[in-house]
Amino acid sequence: MKRRISRGKDLGDVRVPADMAAAEPTLDPPTEAAPDLAPAPAQPEPILDVAGVSLRFGGVRALTDVSFAVRQGEIFSIIGPNGAGKTSMLNCISGRYRPTEGRIRFDGRDITRLRTSRRAAIGIGRTFQNLALFGHMSVLDNIVVGRHHLLRHGFLSGMLYWWGGAQREEIEHRHAVEEIIDFLEIQHVRKEMAGTLSYGLRKRVELARAVALRPKLILLDEPMAGMNLEEKEDMARFIVDLNVEWGMTVLMIEHDMGVVMDISHRVMVLDFGRRLAEGAPEAVLADPHVRRAYLGEVDEEAPALEAAGA
Amino acid sequence: MTPAGDFRTSYRADMTIFPTRGSRVALWIGLALACAAPLVLDRYALGLAINIGIMGIAALGLNILVGFTGQISIGHAAFFGFGAFASAGLVEHGVPVVLAIPLAGLATTLVGLVFGLPAARLKGLYLAIATLAAQFILEDFFARAQWFSGGVAGRVTEPFTLGPLRFDTENSYFYVVLAAVIVMFVAAANLMRTRDGRALVAIRDHYLSAEMMGINLAWYRTLSFGIASFYAGIAGALYAHYLLFVSVEAFNILFSIQFLGMVIIGGLGSIMGSLLGAAFMVLLPEVVQTLVELLQGGAIDRALHLGNGVAFLKEMAIGAAIILFLVFEPDGLARRWRLIKAYWKLYPFSY
Repeated sequence: MKRRISRGKDLGDVRVPADMAAAEPTLDPPTEAAPDLAPAPAQPEPILDVAGVSLRFGGVRALTDVSFAVRQGEIFSIIGPNGAGKTSMLNCISGRYRPTEGRIRFDGRDITRLRTSRRAAIGIGRTFQNLALFGHMSVLDNIVVGRHHLLRHGFLSGMLYWWGGAQREEIEHRHAVEEIIDFLEIQHVRKEMAGTLSYGLRKRVELARAVALRPKLILLDEPMAGMNLEEKEDMARFIVDLNVEWGMTVLMIEHDMGVVMDISHRVMVLDFGRRLAEGAPEAVLADPHVRRAYLGEVDEEAPALEAAGA
Repeated sequence: MTPAGDFRTSYRADMTIFPTRGSRVALWIGLALACAAPLVLDRYALGLAINIGIMGIAALGLNILVGFTGQISIGHAAFFGFGAFASAGLVEHGVPVVLAIPLAGLATTLVGLVFGLPAARLKGLYLAIATLAAQFILEDFFARAQWFSGGVAGRVTEPFTLGPLRFDTENSYFYVVLAAVIVMFVAAANLMRTRDGRALVAIRDHYLSAEMMGINLAWYRTLSFGIASFYAGIAGALYAHYLLFVSVEAFNILFSIQFLGMVIIGGLGSIMGSLLGAAFMVLLPEVVQTLVELLQGGAIDRALHLGNGVAFLKEMAIGAAIILFLVFEPDGLARRWRLIKAYWKLYPFSY
């Protein structure tokens, strides 16, 4: 069995080796006791605190009493089978849905009822599971839309453009956007229409757009879905770089267990809208409830699940 | 597509409206030709040009709403009419025409914002019906509010004056409209390359992620309605001071549909397309008229015993032209224009 990549020593040097995404299918727990736990992020204080969130659509319970906290500076992954409520959870945090019960605190303030369009300004950015680019805008414009809340010139001074500073502002932000374009290596398509790009590139542009918000917390909904190995490696590298170099806290939903186990500091498992387990990747993988949920072992004692959710 | 050897070395140079030297040269030549037009063209042709300019401004407003924001309005003519009456009314109360036109634009904006409030919540067909209501409410208001519109008798108004200059002929008023067209189109082009313009397009393309980017959907949808109304109001006011008489009947729903036709034929989401679409809709009847006159008394006319039927042929030909256009050129004249440019750029190797 191949060794799992170790990255225990130095926070500043977290790099995902090229063969990262090639890590073996990972449902078997690591053979060695993991000394490679993520270095505890410097600040233990949670940047995002989700407390007892439930979400119901009529009689359907999408989420039931889910609580977790994401610490400043970590990569936190949510995993779980299809329909487990992962995206619903993300939608509650990003404001698409209002939780039926419970509350969500971000950066010290209660955002449970905050308007969606306000959340960009307080530092929450996200990407979507199904591509959600502005298809008829150029890549450049797509990314500049991410700067919306940082731009000051409205429609009146925008119309005057040369007088009143709109042009200067546009150029300043163009510099910032070009930096993101360089970072994500999409220079060659910056003038293309976003709708004409290939799938992997679109995912990357979407990430660029979310990064352009300058978020403190970035929510990634399946950033690697439908990608080939090489694209996955690139994406994982970008996510780790965002976390380490740009200092963004990452909350990620991903199905590729290799990626999740390799780059996450902590992992939460959802199943049927309940929290099954939370903790370091290896510990979560070793959890019998998680193994049962994923592998569908015959379980005679259903109540065990209930106990795990608490 | 840029020609070989055209390298931009600054972001400023990369963010211009007219990207290549060729297009800038063409722009200045075009402007010079436009300025010289009154010297060569007769009054009738100038009248057509003025109409194209006025309709172009109104169509541009509708394009910002329909093409860029993805909303819909079938009450645009009512706002156009409101601008016309407002400007005429202001002039009646002693406001100089130069001021009355922008003020009428602002007044129309306010009215547009009121009727645009449903736009914050509604989309698609529902919004279409809501704007239909706006059309009928305003039309009824024009007919009944004597103080505002002069009732069924209509309202006579003053020509455009600037100091000692009177712009009361086609030759002179042409320049007023030309200036307005330049200002309004440049403003729209600038809007679309800055924050709020991008927000409008973002809402059209994907409103959920636009909201996630911090764009307030309700505010921008209403704003788009306001801007569209402003353009309609300005165009209406220019129209009033061109004809010097405003009456209720002109601003009916057919006129609204005609604006939609201009926007669709010109190209949704294209600034230049608005002007092209307006030109198409204004010139098409003229072209068909000329053809009909050629036909009249000709061999085909006699062979088929068309007689008076030729006149009806004209209406049918216009309808047919529009339908054919939508079938073969669904992306509008703006796209055809781009294709033509691309063809000549690559000539003779058009692949």
